[in-house]
Amino acid sequence: MFDSLSERLEGAFKTLKGESKLTDINIAQSVKEIRRALVGADVNYKIAKEFTDKVKEKALGQDNVLKSVKPGQLMIKIVNDELVELMGGTAADINLKGKPAVVLVAGLQGSGKTTFSGKLAYHLKNERKKSPLLVACDVYRPAAIDQLSVIGEQVKVPVYKEAENKNPVEIALKGIAHAQAHNHDVVIVDTAGRLSIDEEMMAEIANIKAAIQPNETLFVVDSMTGQDAVNTAEAFNERIDYDGVVLTKLDGDTRGGAALSIKYQVGKPIKFVSMGEKMNTLDVFHPDRMASRILGMGDIVSFVEMAERQFDEEQAKKLEKKIKKNKFDFNDFLEQIGQIRKMGDIKHLMNMIPGMSKMTKNLDIDNSAFNKVEAIIFSMTPQERANPELMNMSRKQRIADGCGHSIHEVNAFLKQFDQMRKMMHKMSKMPGMGMGGNASGGAAKRKSRRRRR
Amino acid sequence: MSFFNKFFSKEKKEDLDKGLEKTKESFFGKLTKAVAGKTTVDDEVLDELENILITSDVGLDTTVKIIERIEARVARDKYLGTSELNEILRDEIVQLLAENNTTDLEDFTLPASLKPNVILVVGVNGVGKTTTIGKLAYQYKQRGMKVVMGAADTFRAAAVDQLKIWSERVGCDFYSKGMNTDPAAVAYETVQHALNNNCDVAIIDTAGRLHTKINLMKELSKIKRSVGKSLEGAPHEVLLVLDATTGQNAFEQARHFTDATEVSALALTKLDGTAKGGVAIGISDQFKVPIKYIGVGEAIDKLQVFNKRAFVDSLFEQ
Repeated sequence: MFDSLSERLEGAFKTLKGESKLTDINIAQSVKEIRRALVGADVNYKIAKEFTDKVKEKALGQDNVLKSVKPGQLMIKIVNDELVELMGGTAADINLKGKPAVVLVAGLQGSGKTTFSGKLAYHLKNERKKSPLLVACDVYRPAAIDQLSVIGEQVKVPVYKEAENKNPVEIALKGIAHAQAHNHDVVIVDTAGRLSIDEEMMAEIANIKAAIQPNETLFVVDSMTGQDAVNTAEAFNERIDYDGVVLTKLDGDTRGGAALSIKYQVGKPIKFVSMGEKMNTLDVFHPDRMASRILGMGDIVSFVEMAERQFDEEQAKKLEKKIKKNKFDFNDFLEQIGQIRKMGDIKHLMNMIPGMSKMTKNLDIDNSAFNKVEAIIFSMTPQERANPELMNMSRKQRIADGCGHSIHEVNAFLKQFDQMRKMMHKMSKMPGMGMGGNASGGAAKRKSRRRRR
Repeated sequence: MSFFNKFFSKEKKEDLDKGLEKTKESFFGKLTKAVAGKTTVDDEVLDELENILITSDVGLDTTVKIIERIEARVARDKYLGTSELNEILRDEIVQLLAENNTTDLEDFTLPASLKPNVILVVGVNGVGKTTTIGKLAYQYKQRGMKVVMGAADTFRAAAVDQLKIWSERVGCDFYSKGMNTDPAAVAYETVQHALNNNCDVAIIDTAGRLHTKINLMKELSKIKRSVGKSLEGAPHEVLLVLDATTGQNAFEQARHFTDATEVSALALTKLDGTAKGGVAIGISDQFKVPIKYIGVGEAIDKLQVFNKRAFVDSLFEQ
């Protein structure tokens, strides 16, 4: 996502390679590069300047303190710290204290409000065990209400709508009353997209807010927005004084300068980031993790959390036993592929692993990479799938004919599978390395930690 | 100005001016501020100009290009007053835009030799594809053409309904196979519908997709191929819709969509916001693909053909 920004920043740090310490001159050079990188990434010009001034000041102050650290690394650390600071320090949660808690969602046209509303409903329902109600207040755009209804069905959250009513304030109020009557503890109010200069529409959203007194007002912004992001964010803030910002479409290759600018300029934290069209692709925004992602240092914490979300402890225990007995078979493998698929786009996943983003940059890698493997396994008989040992030449030939791949490809896959199986078996025997037992134990621990947060 | 008046009725110009008011204000206001109290164009003024262009989303490369041109001019003319800067900047931008040799449309016309004209509309999520189709269909309908809309966005919730409502507003044909059907099949059959029903124009809507999603971009290529199978030479136009509020990512979008579908025209939407029309300058400069349409308001008639000269004039008018 922040690929190009991190690339350019890397270029900036490279100017420090071979330098033995930070000096006025090399700091000035690399700071200039950093500023260009930020502006090229749609970071507001003014903010980029202030940001690099701060970095410069810090870099100069650090000059002789840490002699053992290379200047390039030191600079990365300074920029990292400043980025975290710029994006808001610590993760900010949303306020769900009301009965019901009311969340108002506002933003420009096409920023992704309705999709976000659906994702938020899913998130609250599945991760926080809430019982949300979606309220459809976009009475303008054709079929907007239908869209929310369909999304509601997808995430299995009821939607309150009034097809004939053209008064969003009324619909919102009735929606909240409906929630109270039906024991919903959170109400998510989806509103129409509006331009910040559209006086009438801005007055309307202010009226909605005044009428329903939301516990949390969220401003949704497309992460691909350019220099204008700051202006729009400010204009909305003046009218509805929102509590937090949601960044959408972060799964593209946007450099995400908007993310860096808004918190700084408006002083409101980014609370969620949304990537992808699947309903389970909403993440709580963590400034520290985002900073390390921008700097190309990966985001292993988010990766593990994402894996956990799809993780089924029962299944893992079963799998662990199988691996220990060296009984891992093709059925298990298929299941694993399914699990990875559920986690989302594989390239995106790989980019979260430190050092991977550079490797995957020009790689045409996506989830269809598994298609061949699946085709091969699907061409096996149930017995073959359960007993990989059965393979022989004529079976392989039949599988090759069945799946439309050459026998070499089938052979290559079987060989890989065999190696993987041996490796897993070995690992499961090593103390502290068991992928089954320890992983699930670790997951349980992490889960309980998350609950406390 | 005669050139300008020829292509732009007064009313249209008002829309454009109004739509761009915010862009203009910031662009023009900043420029005035930058030169306040100065008599000659010096490095400081040029630096300030650079900031203005960048904050208007013109883009780094194009900004550098413009600055270099003005620098060259300053060097040549020795003395350049700030009062002339306005004129010169306008000149340079118009020249820059003229370099890619694309001619502007005069009106919503289509080659009469083609029947039906097939237009495939593509873009990332939320840029305003469906709305642009509605407005475009309205313009063709106004000119007595028979239009069919094809609902090949079978993915996003209620997208088919949204297009259907637009077709009812415009009063044109509508072809759909419902949600979650094969978009390539819908596209194919929309063209068939146009052939069988004597339509002049077929406009095919597609699902919004981020240009980084390889599979979805492949799907788009497939939709285009199937349109070609339905009618040789089709689609006659692949229209990429870009959101004017998008920053530097617009360039990436243009690049990737062109790779997947050979985009032949651009539509720039949401120019009525605080959006910076600047991205239009950058894109005209960096791409051989012409901007054909601009969206300047939410009403059904708020779509215009893009005219470079008028656009730049509008940007500089006081």
